[in-house]
Amino acid sequence: MRRLRVLSVALLSIWAILASVSASLAVQPGEMLSDPALEKRARIISSELRCLVCQNESIDDSNAPLAADLRRLVRERLTAHDSDAQVVDYIVARYGEFVLLRPRFELSTLLLWLTPLLVLLAGIVLVARSSGRTATSQSDALSEEEKAKLAQILSDERR
Amino acid sequence: MIVEFGHFALILALLVATVQVVVPAFGASLRDDRMMRVAEPAAVSQLFLIAIAFFALMYAYVTSDFSVANVAANSHSTKPLIYKMAGVWGNHEGSMLLWVLILALFGAAVALFGNNLPPTLKARVLSVQASIAVAFLLFSLLTSNPFVRLIPAPSDGNGLNPILQDPALAFHPPFLYTGYVGFSIAFSFAIAALIEGRIDAAWARWVRPWTLAAWMFLTIGIAMGSWWAYYELGWGGWWFWDPVENASFMPWLAGTALLHSALVMEKREALKIWTILLAILTFSLSLMGTFIVRSGVLTSVHSFAVDPTRGIFILAILVLFTGGGLALFALRANTMQSGGLFQPISREGSLVLNNLLLVTSTATVLVGTLYPMVLEALTGAKISVGPPFFNMTFGPLMVPLLMALPIGPMLAWKRGDLAGVTQRLGFAVLAAIVAIVAVSAMTHRGPWLAPFGIALGVYVMAGAAIEWANRIKLGSVSRSEVIRRATNLPRSSYGTLFAHFGIGMLVVGIVATSAYQEEHILVMKPGQSLAVGGFDVTFAGVDTGRGPNYRSDIADFDVKRDGASVTRLTPAKRLYDAPPQTTTEAGIHASWRGDLYLVIGDAQPEGGYAVRAYFNPLVRFIWLGALIMFIGGGISLSDRRLRVGAPSRSQRPVAVPAE
Repeated sequence: MRRLRVLSVALLSIWAILASVSASLAVQPGEMLSDPALEKRARIISSELRCLVCQNESIDDSNAPLAADLRRLVRERLTAHDSDAQVVDYIVARYGEFVLLRPRFELSTLLLWLTPLLVLLAGIVLVARSSGRTATSQSDALSEEEKAKLAQILSDERR
Repeated sequence: MIVEFGHFALILALLVATVQVVVPAFGASLRDDRMMRVAEPAAVSQLFLIAIAFFALMYAYVTSDFSVANVAANSHSTKPLIYKMAGVWGNHEGSMLLWVLILALFGAAVALFGNNLPPTLKARVLSVQASIAVAFLLFSLLTSNPFVRLIPAPSDGNGLNPILQDPALAFHPPFLYTGYVGFSIAFSFAIAALIEGRIDAAWARWVRPWTLAAWMFLTIGIAMGSWWAYYELGWGGWWFWDPVENASFMPWLAGTALLHSALVMEKREALKIWTILLAILTFSLSLMGTFIVRSGVLTSVHSFAVDPTRGIFILAILVLFTGGGLALFALRANTMQSGGLFQPISREGSLVLNNLLLVTSTATVLVGTLYPMVLEALTGAKISVGPPFFNMTFGPLMVPLLMALPIGPMLAWKRGDLAGVTQRLGFAVLAAIVAIVAVSAMTHRGPWLAPFGIALGVYVMAGAAIEWANRIKLGSVSRSEVIRRATNLPRSSYGTLFAHFGIGMLVVGIVATSAYQEEHILVMKPGQSLAVGGFDVTFAGVDTGRGPNYRSDIADFDVKRDGASVTRLTPAKRLYDAPPQTTTEAGIHASWRGDLYLVIGDAQPEGGYAVRAYFNPLVRFIWLGALIMFIGGGISLSDRRLRVGAPSRSQRPVAVPAE
């Protein structure tokens, strides 16, 4: 059973490699729509959809049969006068969120989308705080420690 | 026999490395000179032993010894000699052997050339370096042993994946590994400094050349990979935000930040604690990259689960070194003095901004790369994070970085004069405006932002040129004085200028080729012509040919420009014998203006062939820019002041121990 799984994974990865190797001619001339505006929309939509059996390839780049099917599907929906968003929704409804190379902004992807902003803000706060700290330690006002030390010295003098 | 010899040498290397971890570390804490001095011969012999193992494996590849399982699985008797040699690192086990070889190489280099290091620091650095070697040698021997025999031996091997049989890709891993394994030195220095509990400007001076060398090789390694993808994968793409690419890009980003913060530390004694942290993080990202690429977690979380030994082993190494490093940092960091005050508008301030933006972009790439795996492991939900995400998040972070880039080097240390710098940069801004106008006038399509992107690159290039002109006082002093100043300008300054100029070129190339690529997909019959990128391309037909280990269909295109013949391009499709796979060989005509890029597809049922034709404007700027950055690094490295072994600023009194 275990061996079977190893084998199937191995076969799957070989298939993925084969599919990606001959990726030279992803979009076939015969697939293209005659209307250039519509075809351009199809290309843009395709570049944002993942080829499900490949590693990190869009259906626009992939030569896998499944990618060709999806490309055809996208063009079918476009010729049926779907809007870009409707086409994407149609594909997502059938293949799940996994097909989106740019995940939607929702609860599960909140951290993904907000990371750049959060790290940047955290960095700014950190820089501001550390420069503020060095500025105060360098300021003329005495720290508690220094005041105590001064008082000590003064009392020593007086004695 | 030679293979067993190599195997034995690898085991011996593990033992030597273990000694190198323990003895010098004790020596350093006991202040025992003899124990500390064990580190040097240990580091050198460790390198020697791993080199024996490495060349033993290479021998097995070259002689096609298929009784070695690794050779049988990844090589083939008909493969050209160069790919038999490169085949050593074209697979998991062999590439890990290359990994430890480079690790040992850096360790031995510190042992041999680190004569100006305080003895305790040197002993500790070599001890930490050896501890990394122990971890990876164990990994190699226990989970990925390249020397395992296969009995009975098969009559021939499985062959190397044909898309990997390519000169650029054959030499891409050694460069890449030299890059990210090289950051181990920065890590070892950081850990050693934390153990010592003492850190000063001299530390940065010792670490910077090693970091710079690693950064150079990583730069050129990534560029080679991208160049390979461009001409081999056959659709003119050069960067895919693939997790494997990201794995090498993250240490590059962090390493770039490290180079800049170490500069502040060396010159101004500021950002010390931060630089130490960055050194730890940069190497941790290298380990993370190794984990991502080598564990199988990429193919899917499931394939990782099928055979988790390797993945878990590397994960344990990652946790041990990153976690250990960070824990030590947390314990020791607050005992260190931070020094060197500066105003926000100053050279230091600009380098802090550089670090802020580079670290944020590193974090963005890191989270984008790991998010799908982590989300799936935690909730089972499957999502994809691909190029559209990275372009949208990473791109905007680069804009302020590039805008600030020419300003930084012109600001004075401590307190800079922003108004004066803007004045001096007037010419660069002018160049950028000219670029916007020119690009808008020359192109009729593409996104409206594209001219601004190109202008940004031009501005960075012009900024570097102005910086140089200012430094040599071009135009304001006599010519002989200018020449004198140009020759006296330190090499490290030239290095910076080159690297910054290269970044500008890179940006111009990226934007131009992404925004203005011309693409045609069509069926062509012999005799038909096509106009693309100012060229007239005529399809002559398809012929079949035979290479050393493949069969190919070779198309013939006649390329003309304004009626005059330019070249003939012969894009081909290859079918390899072992393993039987097809690859495409694009036909590329390179020029300064851009590349004409032709790909031949399948024969069509109604006659003719599917053809893809591209014109990629200024695409060479991408790799040329990277090459100039690499050269810049080299020039900087050749600076006497940076050279390892150069006398330090305060000459230590020569203490000859009385014996």
